[in-house]
Formats: sequence, C-alpha cells, structure tokens
Amino acid sequence: MEDLKTFLTRKVLLFESDTLSPETEKVLQQVRRDKTNVPVINVSSNTSSIIAGSERTFQAVKAYINENEQSAHAIRVGCSGPVNYEPVVCIQMPGKNKLYFRNITEEKVDTLLNGVFHNDINEEDLLGQSGTKGFEYWPGILFMDELPFFALQKRIILGNCGCYDPESIEEYIARGGYRTYVKTIRHYTFEEVCDIIERSGLRGRSGGGYLTGLKWKQALNASSNARYLICNAKESDPGSFSDRTILESDPHHLIEGMAIASYAIGASNAILYLKSGSDHARNMLQKAIDTARDYGIFGHNIFSSGYNLDITIKTEPGAFVCGEETALINSLEGKRGMPKLKPPYPTTSGLEGKPTVINNVETLMNVPLIMQNGPEWFRTIGTETSPGTKVFAIAGRGRMSGVVEVEMGTSLKTILEEIVDGIKDGKEFKAIQLGGASGSFITSENIDTPVDFDAMKQKGFGMGAGGFIVVDESTCMVDMVRYYMEFMRNESCGKCIPCREGTGRMLEILESVIKKPSSEDSGTTLERFKGVMQLETISTVMKDASLCGLGQTAPNPFVSALKNFREEFEEHIFDRKCRANVCRGLRSFSIDIEKCTGCTVCAGKCPVNAIYGTRLQPFFIVEDKCIGCGICYDVCKFSAVIVK
Amino acid sequence: MAVDFDTILRKYKQGRREYLIPILQEIQADSGFLSEEAIVKVGSHLGLSTTKIYGLATFYDQFRFIPLGKVHVRICHGTSCFMNGSQALIDKFREELKISPGQTTRNGNFSYEVVPCMGGCYHGPVIIINGEHRVHVRPEQVPDLIRKLKYIID
Repeated sequence: MEDLKTFLTRKVLLFESDTLSPETEKVLQQVRRDKTNVPVINVSSNTSSIIAGSERTFQAVKAYINENEQSAHAIRVGCSGPVNYEPVVCIQMPGKNKLYFRNITEEKVDTLLNGVFHNDINEEDLLGQSGTKGFEYWPGILFMDELPFFALQKRIILGNCGCYDPESIEEYIARGGYRTYVKTIRHYTFEEVCDIIERSGLRGRSGGGYLTGLKWKQALNASSNARYLICNAKESDPGSFSDRTILESDPHHLIEGMAIASYAIGASNAILYLKSGSDHARNMLQKAIDTARDYGIFGHNIFSSGYNLDITIKTEPGAFVCGEETALINSLEGKRGMPKLKPPYPTTSGLEGKPTVINNVETLMNVPLIMQNGPEWFRTIGTETSPGTKVFAIAGRGRMSGVVEVEMGTSLKTILEEIVDGIKDGKEFKAIQLGGASGSFITSENIDTPVDFDAMKQKGFGMGAGGFIVVDESTCMVDMVRYYMEFMRNESCGKCIPCREGTGRMLEILESVIKKPSSEDSGTTLERFKGVMQLETISTVMKDASLCGLGQTAPNPFVSALKNFREEFEEHIFDRKCRANVCRGLRSFSIDIEKCTGCTVCAGKCPVNAIYGTRLQPFFIVEDKCIGCGICYDVCKFSAVIVK
Repeated sequence: MAVDFDTILRKYKQGRREYLIPILQEIQADSGFLSEEAIVKVGSHLGLSTTKIYGLATFYDQFRFIPLGKVHVRICHGTSCFMNGSQALIDKFREELKISPGQTTRNGNFSYEVVPCMGGCYHGPVIIINGEHRVHVRPEQVPDLIRKLKYIID
C-alpha cells in the first residue's frame, strides 16, 4: 500500500517527537490489529511449529474461513516460546481478549473454530487468554502471563515473538520498530552510540561475555576506510534453536539491531551469517531486508543523514568451527573455515583485513532496546556485572520445552523447576547440559548457580549459545559424552594437532568402553584400561594446546561428566554394565520362561538369528550371538524379554 | 536436468575468491550436487585450481559430489533427537538401504544424510523426506516407510 508506506515513513519514522499524535496512534492501532472488527486467527509458524504441522493447520483454518466465516482473517505469526504446545492457535474475537489454544492439528481446527464462534470453548486445548484494558475478559480463564512458563520469564528480546506477522514491516513499525534506528542515525554520533552501549554494560551473549560497547569502540578507533559488521546467526550447536526462533519470529528487530550496530562502528556493509539448511529463516530475513530497503531504511544516504548501509545474507556452508570468529571470516573470504591465531583480533584486522565486529544474534537484539530505553533502564535488569536477560533453548526431557528468556541472576533451579516444570514421566533428574556440544553437565549439586557470566565462570561452566538440555535417568552419560565427542571429531577442522588427534583418540577410547569387544581376552581388556587412563591426560593437553575454542572446550562434556558421574564410568569399564540400558554393546537379553508363550515373533525379527526354540514352547537367546540390538525386547507383547 | 552453469557464473562477473562458496552453493541448490564439470568451470571462472576448489568443498559438510536420490531423507541428529534414539534410526536406514549417510543407492532411488539440528527438538527424532517433515519416527517404522516410498517411486 503506497499511502500507508508514505504515512508510516513521514508520520512515524521521521516524526520528531517521541510521542505520536493521537490520529497517528489510531491508524497504528489499526495496523497492529489491537482493535479488530472481524475475528483474527493467528497460527504460529516457525520451524518447530512447521515440523509439528502448523502449515496444515493454517490451510485448514483458511478453508474453514472460506466456508463459514468469510469476514475472519488468518495470519501466520512467529513462535511465542513453548514448543511442546505447537501448533499454537490464537483467536481474537472482536472486542474480546485473545484466546490461545495448544496442539491444534489440522483435524482439530473445525471443532475448535466452531466452538469459539458459537461461544462453546473447548477447555481441553485451551492455554489461556491475553489482552489489555478495554477488552472483554473471558471469565474463568487464566491469563497467559500467569502460566508458570511465562510468569517467571522476563521477555524483552522475545517480547514481539509470536505477536505479529514477521513478514509485515508495517506491523513492526506500528509496534515502534525502526524509530529508534532512525533517531539514532539522525541525532547521535558514532561515539555516542558506542558510549551508550558501553555504559549499559551489555556483554556478548555468545559465551565469552566480552563488553559489546568496548568491542565496537576498538573497531571504530581502528583507522581504516571500510569496516564490517557481521551478525553471527550460525547457531550450529546440536540442540539449540533460540536464534532460529528469533530470526523467524522477529526478523525486523534483529535487522534494526544490526543497522544500529553498523552505524555505531561506521560500517556501511553488514553481513548476516546464516546457518545452512534454515531456509525458512532465510526467506523471512530476505523478505524483511527487501521490504526495509523499499522503505528507505537501508541504502544510500538513508533519510538524508549521509549514512549508507547495505545488509547481505550469506549462508554458511556447513562447518561447526565457522562459529569461531577467524574461521567465520575465512569462510566468508572463500577459504576453508579454519581459525587463525589471535591477535590480531578481528576488531583491528578482520574481513579483507578491515576492522570487523562480529556479534551474536541475541546481543544485537538488545541494541535497539537499549537505544530506545537508555542504558540506565538496561542496568536495572539482571545483575550488577551481567545486566539484561538470557535466552535459553530448552530441550530434552523436561515437561516443557521451548525458547525462554530469563533475567540474569535467576537460578538454574528456578528455570528447571518452575519454567520447565520438572521432568517428563516422573523420571529422576540427572543433569542439565548447558551450552551445547562444548558445555558442561550441571548436577543437582550446582543447580542453585545463578545465570550470570561471572558466577558461571567461577564454577567453570559456560552458557555458550544458550542450549539447555535436561537429562534424566534414562540417558546414559557415557553414551552422551561419546555422542558429543563424535560430533566434535567430525567438526574438528584439522588445523592443529591437539584437537584433530585428541578428539579422535578420545572418541576411540570412549567407543571401546561402550562397545562389546570381539573377544573378552586379557589383551582387549588391558587395552581398554590403558585407554581410559589416558582420557584425562588427553583432555588436559587439548585444553592447553588447541588453537581455538573448539579444541579447548571439546573435552568439557567429558571432564564434567567424569567429575559428576564417575561411578557410571566405572560401572561401564569394570562391571561392563550400563545403568540406563542404553549402551547396546553392554546389554544382554534373556527370556523369562514363565512369561514366554512361544509366539516366535522375536525369533523372526532377530537380525542375527540368536533366538532359538520350538513353537508354543519358551524360547531362549544365545548370548554369544546376541548383538544387543533390543529388537526382541521391543517386539515382545508379553514382556518376556528381560534386559540385564 | 540441464544445468546452466553460465547463468550462475554470469551473476558473479568479477571472479573474486569470496564468491567461490556462494557459487558452489548456488550450483548445488540448482543441480543437487557438484559435478566434475561444475568444479572445472568454476575453477576457470575464478582462476583457481580445481584441487583447491575440491579441497574447500570437501572441507564443508554442505557439498556433495554424487547426485541425490529420487527420495532424499535427512535425519536429525541433534542432542534432543539423539536422546530420543536417532542413532538407532540412522543404523536402521543404513541397514535397510545398505548405504552410508551421504551416499546414494545404485539405482538412484534413495539417499540420506545426517544433519546436526533442525530445530524440532520436542518432536524428535525428526526426519525430512523430500521436504516433508515426519516426527517421532521409530526405527521399526523404517522398513515400512521405505517400502511405501519405493512404491511411490515406481
């Protein structure tokens, strides 16, 4: 709409005063759909909800509207956080509060919409309501922010996620977006912006916790004719999806953050370094960048301020090590993504030898908020040394799963017990795996640790990119450590020997611990013991001698698992037993004579023909032949197969 | 599939080294893999030796050098899917199709690969079959699934 575009540019983006005129506000309310005359149905649509089937839900909603309620609107919005409730459907009836429903698969759509339009709400799928003054309240229904999952969060970065259509720039501007950016480039100098960010105490959210403002100043003060800003959106830790949710649910906010950061360091080129395989996020961002360019938010001489900026998206070609700053730059230059020696740091000599600032998605998301509300406001949130919030991607065995944002200083225990609501299926809690593939395990002993860079560092933990994986008793720690080591072995770039050889050797040794040896003679047993004794030495050497963070932190899961679950390792090594019954090589199966009916199902399925017997008589398993695959255990209908 | 490398290369007229990865990515997106011909062409366009390009392409996980199968399966092996048993799923695919991840069956019907994390952590193990997601896949469902897919191919 051309007239809306000029209106938004003139009356909102370029409006001098902070408070808009009442007439403008009225139009913005319309754009934001605060007051609707027709029912509006929002269907969450990001990767995790698409996997859960939201696209089919959306089509079903559309079909229903076409058939029954022609006036209603259906919109795809971002994800509001709880992944286990996907696909979430939010319905706003005219003049009433919004209602949220969970797990609405396509076959539930008709009943749900029929119910809501005829005032007969299905309580079972209901999540809660949300709304502000001036709307009719649904009696007896909980408010969304009273739900334990939301009540203890402080959503400043995720504030917009799941509330608006991420494809619509109009809606983002109506929600106050890009105004801060325009104000910044028109009224502040580069140094002032760096100063404000430094005063706010914002620290890089990617692990090191380096002061962002300081980093920017270093790049600004390095003399050069060009500077670059790179947003590292390459969230490649297995099991973390928080950046992806942000990119898909609130792309404009990130782009605004990037634009302000680019301005602060005087860069006229910004690069968004995106993970390979995240096509949905890429489409969203490309659309966001294109529409923003159309609005004149980027380009040449932006709003007559004399500042030029262009943002491009680059997709990484698939290497974990490219999360490291220098390796990332190498891959952007068209070389192998191998890290370089530091110093020189990228802030003085980065991409093409020019000063380059590399920031994480979450860090940049904070920037527009700080510029809008001031550094003092930011300091009031969180702890003294780590102001602000932290986003975690919770996965694993918790009852709740999803993206949450908590104030710094909240203890891990609160997150686990209140927000995640404990462990699924009444199992016992074992540990939290924090910080992705190079993070450490945190057991109930240390669970009171607050989320804070310094407190975590003191105890030797790293928050990394915010992966938060809940581990329960059904997971074998040795197997899990092996999994991480396998990942690291595959991803090690091979430049420095401690990492290349160390990860390989550690994986070999760990595999020998969990695998069934071909013959249990004294030789192999001795080899295994010898190997196990070397594990700790190897990890120390790797920590000291590796070139980059990947190698230095690769032994972390092993070290912390050994410290906290030593007895589990010993059981695997000496008793050849796995508590969780996960390690295939250590399982042995037998058949309960009392329960076996001789149905022959297991014998037929056994891949190595290790099960013998006659029909309608109890069967037996030949242990020497058994490979521990567990198929007989899974197929037995009489639970006659026993695991040892 | 007639792949026109020249159209892709024309987009990157100044043959600068930094365009190497985007060009390779575009060729792969277009034809599904990097053929020898493609690497030679890119080499002469950018003035790089083919060994250098091959070395770089093998360094990164994204690039493959054999065509995709008619049915391409991507199996998520993130932490959450791993905890829910994606290892057994990968083993099952290996057993059923008799190929390793990244390979294609001889008749060109199937190929599969293991990917780090797709972001559907609650619904693990997740697989994508030709762009369509499937959640909570159990290893015992794999033989049936493959049989059905074979039927569709034929």
